[in-house]
Amino acid sequence: MRVNSGLDLTKVKPYGDTMNDGMMQFSFTLPIPCNEESKEAAKQLLTKMGIDEPAVVHAEDLGVGYTMFIMYGKCMHTVDYTTIEVPKVESDVMDKYGVEDYIKENIKRDVVIVGACSGTDAHTVGIDAIMNMKGYDGHYGLERYHGVKAHNLGAQVPNEELVAKAIELNADAIIVSQIVTQKDVHIPNMTELIELLESEGIRDKMIVCAGGPRISYELAKELGYDAGFGTGTFAEDVASFVVQQLVERKLV
Amino acid sequence: MVSKLNLDFSVVEGARKSARIIAEDTQKFIERHTTVSVERTVARLLGIDGIDDLERPLPNVVIDNIKHGGGLSEGASFWIGNAMVALSKTPQEIAELVSKNEIDLTKIEIQERSKIDAAIETVAKEMVERIRANRAKRDAYLTNLGEGPKPYLYVIVATGNIYEDVLQAQAAARQGADIIAVIRTTAQSLLDYVPYGATTEGFGGTYATQENFRIMRKALDEVGEEVGKYIRLCNYCSGLCMPEIAAMGAIERLDVMLNDALYGILFRDINMQRTLVDQFFSRVINGFAGIIINTGEDNYLTTSDAIEEAHTVLASQFINEQFALLAGLPEEQMGLGHAFEMNPDTEDGFLLELSQAQMAREIFPDAPLKYMPPTKYMTGNIFKGHIQDVLFNTVSIMTNQGLQLLGMMTEAIHTPLLQDRALAIENAKYIFKNMRHLGDEVEYKKDGIIQKRAQAVLAEAADMLKDIEKMGIMSTIEQGKFADVTRKMDGGKGLDGVTQKGENYFNPFIPMMLGGNK
Repeated sequence: MRVNSGLDLTKVKPYGDTMNDGMMQFSFTLPIPCNEESKEAAKQLLTKMGIDEPAVVHAEDLGVGYTMFIMYGKCMHTVDYTTIEVPKVESDVMDKYGVEDYIKENIKRDVVIVGACSGTDAHTVGIDAIMNMKGYDGHYGLERYHGVKAHNLGAQVPNEELVAKAIELNADAIIVSQIVTQKDVHIPNMTELIELLESEGIRDKMIVCAGGPRISYELAKELGYDAGFGTGTFAEDVASFVVQQLVERKLV
Repeated sequence: MVSKLNLDFSVVEGARKSARIIAEDTQKFIERHTTVSVERTVARLLGIDGIDDLERPLPNVVIDNIKHGGGLSEGASFWIGNAMVALSKTPQEIAELVSKNEIDLTKIEIQERSKIDAAIETVAKEMVERIRANRAKRDAYLTNLGEGPKPYLYVIVATGNIYEDVLQAQAAARQGADIIAVIRTTAQSLLDYVPYGATTEGFGGTYATQENFRIMRKALDEVGEEVGKYIRLCNYCSGLCMPEIAAMGAIERLDVMLNDALYGILFRDINMQRTLVDQFFSRVINGFAGIIINTGEDNYLTTSDAIEEAHTVLASQFINEQFALLAGLPEEQMGLGHAFEMNPDTEDGFLLELSQAQMAREIFPDAPLKYMPPTKYMTGNIFKGHIQDVLFNTVSIMTNQGLQLLGMMTEAIHTPLLQDRALAIENAKYIFKNMRHLGDEVEYKKDGIIQKRAQAVLAEAADMLKDIEKMGIMSTIEQGKFADVTRKMDGGKGLDGVTQKGENYFNPFIPMMLGGNK
């Protein structure tokens, strides 16, 4: 018997231990006390979400008359995997040496990249992981790339300052990091950068990318960026995209 | 205490001596200068509060008036005292007159110096006594209600809305938290004023305002009575308003304050001259008010590697210890920072973390060390994250850390949800109870991995301090020795608020408060 027997890519549902069992786990809090009625409320909620056989496996009072639930249930919905298309970065990912060679062969000068954690955001962990010499998790940052002049402007850089610096340094690319996204504060901030670049008439002359845990490629494109990078991105992902775009758009 | 790490304490003494020289050298600079924020703090401590029609805080209005009149170098006490004598008004009344443009402080005829001193002395004493009473009230709570065992369970609330924060804080206290830190809204550290009143909007945190402090203090006192232990309140005394927030915290009986100039210099690009001067006065206030300070060494490891740069954390702890002692802040109030930030893929990484934490414990035996959870290597895999926090909690209980900033499994995703915090507290309580005396039962192998690691880090830190001793703290920072970040003496934010003290300068609170609660 084939292990995946019963798998229909046009009707995919969660897998627990048997194909198409639909098994899912949940944890959430309801703002009501912990009792039999609230457990029933939690089950009804899952039923409304399309979950069959909802089971409360744990319920706990959180100290203010609110209850945390851990639940399991079987999902009744399916998705058609065969028709899904997700826009994403199309360039090939090269490693550090690949990028360096690519620059030497195709660009033949230093590529200037200016990065910042822009707006009010003070969390530099993302931009540092991409730009700083040390990089992240064994992936060296852009500062260490031969042929790349990387300028990390740090935290809380106003968009005006970022644009001014990009002009001053004659940047080929701007990369911005947005970590704090509470109440969607990143959206107006990211939009403002593009507007500023457009009003300066330099939007088309450089590559502009954004990154952060809630930045998808799709969102970034929608806001007028060339690419967006989510979690799990390393310096080589960004560098590969930037250098190939520069060549493709004849900006070298 | 017998050293489990077989540390050479003559090396420790050498490092401490270097740090002392470094701090004293910097102190000479500090004592020649004052800043707009120090003077606004003096204004606040003289009782000036409130805002004008444009919502500008009156302490800013007053100090701006003095600065524009070219009198900043003589300080707020001199000009306010002078106006008090000349006009027979209180500091608050004077501030209101300034805000209505009815008087100009530096244009008032200069009064007899002894009268100025006496006028200021009287009001200053009132505030000092009020802060002393707050300290006594905390002590009474600790005696009558008691407190949780160390490591204190320290959690953050960060909704942006002080009233929502209250709900989350009370829930956390009922779940077992000992310390509630209200995270500030992003970018508050770069505001050159402290906002006023209760606030309900913020990004990634809630504005530190005196009213917000008061609201949370009251809520924690109430829930403390209910759960039968004193719940400490923590905020952030850093950034451009460092000493003002210290004053507000002392007035509203906060218990813990993040307070570290090096952090502001490196991570917020605040000018080093400005913030080192600010730090001194803020630590004098914190010391007197019985507030535990938290230093920010843990942050170095978010930008530098925790294994390669461990000695910079220790070196900075030594320097912070000496800065604190010079400000009269005793070791019992020094929450020196460090963090569990090694790459989880490191073989024997746990042993290295254990070594580092034990080393800090042995070198600073009376300090309630502040231990920060994994952040850099936390991912969206919350299940693994919960286990990383287990290892972190294990190191803490084995090495008797003081303040345990609880790791959240959702660290890499969002500010804590109610349930995230509950699970973090459950995790820590389980481990702390189950392993309570494990540390007492365990000795480390002579010349094993753990001992050797600590000895090597200590030696490297001592060498680094020797180098810093030669070039001074400011040049060291200019060269990027801490956290791989380079900052210039004249760079960063807030330099224009720094000035040399003039011949009439005095700050009555320094002599009244220096030396703890004498």
